[in-house]
Amino acid sequence: MVEAARTTLTSSGEAGSPAGLSVERLNDAYRWMVLARVIDERCLTLQRQGRIGFYAPLSGQEAAQVGAAFALQADDWVFPAYRELGVALVRGASLRSVIDQLIGNAEDLVRGTQMPNHFAFRAQNYVSVSSPIGTQITHAVGAAMAMQRRGAGRATIAFFGDGATSSNDFHAGLNFAGVFRTPTIFFCQNNQWAISLPRAQQTRSPTLAQKSEAYGFPGIVVDGNDVDAVCRAVLEARTRAVAGEGPTLIEAQVYRLGPHSTSDDPHRYRSDEAVAAARARDPLQLLKQRLVDAGALDDATDQKVWGAARSAMSAALEEAEKVAPVEPSSLFDNVFESLTPRLEEERSESAAVGPGAGAGR
Amino acid sequence: MTELTLVQAVNRGLQEAMRQDPDVLLLGEDIGVNGGVFRATEGLQKEFGAERVIDTPLSETGIVGSAIGMALYGLKPIAEIQFQDFIYPAFDQIVSELAKFRYRSGGQYPCHVVVRAPYGGGIKGGLYHSQSTEAYFCHTAGLKVVIPSTPADAKGLLLTAVHDPDPVMFFEPKRIYRSVSGEVPDGDHRVPFGEARVAREGTDLSIFAYGAMVPTALEAAEALARDQISAEVVDLRSLVPLDERAVVASVEKTGRAVIVHEAARFCGFGAELAALLAERAFYSLKAPVQRVTGYDTPFPYALENVYLPNAARIELAARASLRAG
Repeated sequence: MVEAARTTLTSSGEAGSPAGLSVERLNDAYRWMVLARVIDERCLTLQRQGRIGFYAPLSGQEAAQVGAAFALQADDWVFPAYRELGVALVRGASLRSVIDQLIGNAEDLVRGTQMPNHFAFRAQNYVSVSSPIGTQITHAVGAAMAMQRRGAGRATIAFFGDGATSSNDFHAGLNFAGVFRTPTIFFCQNNQWAISLPRAQQTRSPTLAQKSEAYGFPGIVVDGNDVDAVCRAVLEARTRAVAGEGPTLIEAQVYRLGPHSTSDDPHRYRSDEAVAAARARDPLQLLKQRLVDAGALDDATDQKVWGAARSAMSAALEEAEKVAPVEPSSLFDNVFESLTPRLEEERSESAAVGPGAGAGR
Repeated sequence: MTELTLVQAVNRGLQEAMRQDPDVLLLGEDIGVNGGVFRATEGLQKEFGAERVIDTPLSETGIVGSAIGMALYGLKPIAEIQFQDFIYPAFDQIVSELAKFRYRSGGQYPCHVVVRAPYGGGIKGGLYHSQSTEAYFCHTAGLKVVIPSTPADAKGLLLTAVHDPDPVMFFEPKRIYRSVSGEVPDGDHRVPFGEARVAREGTDLSIFAYGAMVPTALEAAEALARDQISAEVVDLRSLVPLDERAVVASVEKTGRAVIVHEAARFCGFGAELAALLAERAFYSLKAPVQRVTGYDTPFPYALENVYLPNAARIELAARASLRAG
């Protein structure tokens, strides 16, 4: 039923357990992956229509994200980059709260402060996202040090891409994690592209996973299109982490099927043939085929899965678009816990001027 | 009360904070076994253990980044940057992350880290052991910026910083770490942010200073007093939040302002003070605002005494202010 482990290991690793996800869990995974793909497709259109300002799609990375999220516990802390919508959904972030953030309306949990995709879901231990690349890696290590201190039996996981392996904080974070043996999982989704720069121009290292060796802990390469293999790899890493055996670097090899974001045109830097080749290994199609082979899915049911996801998306969007815009006075909230005298003055000044004058539109 | 030097007061402040709350911990380079290059953390690893006084690898972005992670999880980390000059590798973490976590998460993730760093010249440290970079941080929304000038304030402001809900940049005037001593209250002692201290009362002009420039300003005021000139010296203590009322009130009384800091003049903190006076005390001013600052050069080695403001330069500026208008 479950394919043989596709996980391969660098010299410092060991072969993992062949036990995989049940058909029931694979079915769940498929539904999350379809939902993520539906959100992607719809949001690209919404951006073109001017209904949301920006979007960074995750197409091609659904299996890596859902597989990783399946291996985590609710008490673990996720330090995401801006493309990890699939992880947020699996951890329980509601579709409505996702769309509220994409719109930046009055019910947006980040209060309209951030561009789309920069979520924060405290209830899901899904930590606030920033745009600078790799900065969350050291945060994941620090939180893991705090977990060590509290004896929590928990782990942190940092999500980042191939580009981030060149960043300052990748080096600092992995180095600290190695020195302090922190319960941290470094989950690199190598989607082959950092905006326009291909993976081969990011580093001369044959794999990204092998960089772990320099920091003194295992690195694993996993087929990121295989939800089961990803889940298994992250489970192993988590087990090591909470057992006090230290961090693991996982390189999930995927392919960014869409643009970096709604602000770029990938035709400028890559060929249609390369994308077509990657589409042949679309993680949704691979999982669908596996479920069909196992007798757990047929075309009629598949249609229903897609239909349900599209309905959920439409319903949530309709609700979210009815929500009022953010209050202008909230501009001054959460700079500090309470307003300084200067911010209080500025808030009054802004209120007196009114939101229309000087506003962008 | 105990007579302490400024660096001893920092040490006692850290010790008090760590005794009060097991969630308070320190991390930085050479702070544990070695007790810090200025001995600010001397004896603390012995008392609290290597898990609370953490010697880190040599990476400022690693120190501040991991401190942020600890703070998000609920600890109260105090990160030491060995010299303020070395803070730049952590600049992204401080400005893009630490300062913005509460805001960008809609209040879901407050991030309370205290970043301590010795700053300033006068120790023959040349370009990279002498800088005063406070203005960069004052310019960033979401950070509080504090600089003590006395041992009592060093302890009192530090304990306030540790208990403050927001990120605090705590810059220590290393030139007067040992040259200044004074009575420091024992136990818990807190000095609130946003309250300037009138270090010397006067009626003829106001000298505004902070950190290591406060004793220098007092020296100038003393010299002016010999000529029957009554200079008021205001120690700002916290730059963010700034006690704007105290600054304006002093100039409303004296009509003249001399602003002193070590950092370069252009876009230095003094520019903000001068703007504040132009906006809110314009009709009280009898003379143009004077600034006595470091020059707009890199911080020099052999010529640091030329670069740094001293009492004579402050006196000259004060006399120029008195002559004008």
